[in-house]
Amino acid sequence: MDLHSILSQALQQGLGPVAAVYCLAAIGLNVHFGYTGLLNFGQAGFMAVGGYAIASFVATWGLSFWLGALIGLVASGLLALLLGVPTLRLRADYLAIVTIAAAEIIRQTIGSVTLLKYFGGQDGLQGFIGSFADLNPFTGRVGIPGVVSWRPYDFWTLLVCWVMVALCCLMVWALMRSPWGRVLKGIREDEDAVRSLGKNVYAYKMQSLMIGGLIGGLAGIMSALQHSAINPSFFATDTTFFAYTVLLVGGAARVLGPVAGTVIFWFLLSFLDLFFGAATAGNHPLIPTAIMDDTQASLMRFIFMGVSLMLLMVFRPQGIFGDRRELALDAR
Amino acid sequence: MPADTTAPTTGTATGVDVSAARAALREVAHEPGAPKPDPIVVVDGVRRTFGGLTAVDVDHVEIQRGVITGLIGPNGAGKTTFFNLLTGFDRPDAGDWSFNGSSLRGVPAYRVARRGMVRTFQLTKVLSRLTVLENMRVGATGQHGESLLKAMFAPFWRSQESDNTAKADGLLERFLLIKKREDFAGSLSGGQRKLLEMARALMADPELVMLDEPMAGVNPALKQSLLGHVKSLRDEGRTVLFVEHDMDMVRDISDWVIVMAQGKVIAEGPPHSVMGDQRVIDAYLGSHHDQDLTPELDEEIMAEAQAEIEDEGEHRG
Repeated sequence: MDLHSILSQALQQGLGPVAAVYCLAAIGLNVHFGYTGLLNFGQAGFMAVGGYAIASFVATWGLSFWLGALIGLVASGLLALLLGVPTLRLRADYLAIVTIAAAEIIRQTIGSVTLLKYFGGQDGLQGFIGSFADLNPFTGRVGIPGVVSWRPYDFWTLLVCWVMVALCCLMVWALMRSPWGRVLKGIREDEDAVRSLGKNVYAYKMQSLMIGGLIGGLAGIMSALQHSAINPSFFATDTTFFAYTVLLVGGAARVLGPVAGTVIFWFLLSFLDLFFGAATAGNHPLIPTAIMDDTQASLMRFIFMGVSLMLLMVFRPQGIFGDRRELALDAR
Repeated sequence: MPADTTAPTTGTATGVDVSAARAALREVAHEPGAPKPDPIVVVDGVRRTFGGLTAVDVDHVEIQRGVITGLIGPNGAGKTTFFNLLTGFDRPDAGDWSFNGSSLRGVPAYRVARRGMVRTFQLTKVLSRLTVLENMRVGATGQHGESLLKAMFAPFWRSQESDNTAKADGLLERFLLIKKREDFAGSLSGGQRKLLEMARALMADPELVMLDEPMAGVNPALKQSLLGHVKSLRDEGRTVLFVEHDMDMVRDISDWVIVMAQGKVIAEGPPHSVMGDQRVIDAYLGSHHDQDLTPELDEEIMAEAQAEIEDEGEHRG
């Protein structure tokens, strides 16, 4: 077994474009859930709106790529508005139900046969990355020689994604240290108390939902670019839950929580996959076939992931960056 | 902020003369709904029903400016519901009420607070995972940094923030919480939370402070200091309306007492006279509390109850 190659490939995933896309999605959720206490279980829906806006603008209607990107962001903001108007005055659980349902409605609608000529049904759309790929300055594999490397287009998307992550983190940091962010955190703790102090809680929740939704839309756009294609299966509910996992691993309500979370999550996920794959491969595998064969090995990563998530929740529920003092309060 | 001119934000009482306001109350009739010489809040026909239950049905009541008014009544009298209605946390089925002469009907809770009528809660609502200081800062009104566009750029709000911090520190000093400044509010004791909630309400410089059971769950030693704090609110020119079960407190600090029972205001007056009022004693103890239950009395009570049921039936039909 080539441990060096396994670690290298795992690191490639941990820092790769997929990890960066999930990081963006998790930053959006951090604004919603971590800072404002809004339970958005439909982040995949925001991503789908962003991603499909850009893909269909270019591939179906032949319009400008940049206009598509702009419309993608605007549309995901509008989706937040649409979901927020009826639910934000109600208890938090209603938003959870509405968002998870809306995400599924969006996915099913986009994949439907009726809209086949616009969104390509279950096969999705391709051939919309032209303008973006043209800007790619890299040729040949890029990376740190002997440690990790990417194909040129992958490195280009990864670079753009991480720059977006940095900008979003900067924005979240600037917002959350301000009095505005303080009101959001107050709403998370007790919205009636904040209301009694003269703050328009509904407006703040709406702003938070829209900002997080916009970042989600951006994640969707980057996801479409990174795959050079788009189809409805990218935006299934497990996408949202992976993003939540990323957020919780890193620590909610911490600016850099999603960044640490996504690197750890994707590194471990691909490391376990590669490790068990290698350990069961060949004629004389490390793990005897009697215990596990190579088809079973591919499922091991999710079992380990589940167990380690449970352990994390038991022993460090505040995540990697979380504050232990905050945790002590929850026990009261 | 209307209270800015009269009320300092920090420090001890400044000796605003409350004797005039109290003297004015001497002329007021000891009757439910009696008109006051200088009312800050006027309530007319406010009614709130939950299904078949009429929780609040107040014909008319006025709250005098510049004094401490206590709102008492047995459990389930509708005091907290009345509080919620006045502060916009609940909507009445009918009625109108005004604060400083302008109607508050249909005004959302956050606007009520901005007009200078700030409340606290029966079950204390501190923002647990924010520090004590952050809790205080949230209370300040009119912050530039609370608008999304300016929030990202600290120069827009930095100076205002340090003013608010200074004000918060002053209040924390006064409410004996300065040592807890950097602690999470969730780590405070029950009594300290009450203090924090009261101090936080003052960050908005309210004209009228509404305290929902400020003494609930507070140990006797802290009670005395809380009483002092409530009195100091009046002494710096604010009006206080509070709900309380603790009769000693009511007697000790209130200048005027309003008694509610079954959703209605049944009596009003200075504390000593209200406590001896037959209607109040009846409301707390039941109208036949001092009589033995004889068969005749039993029948009488049953007849009364029957009449009441029929009466209600007619009203609804």
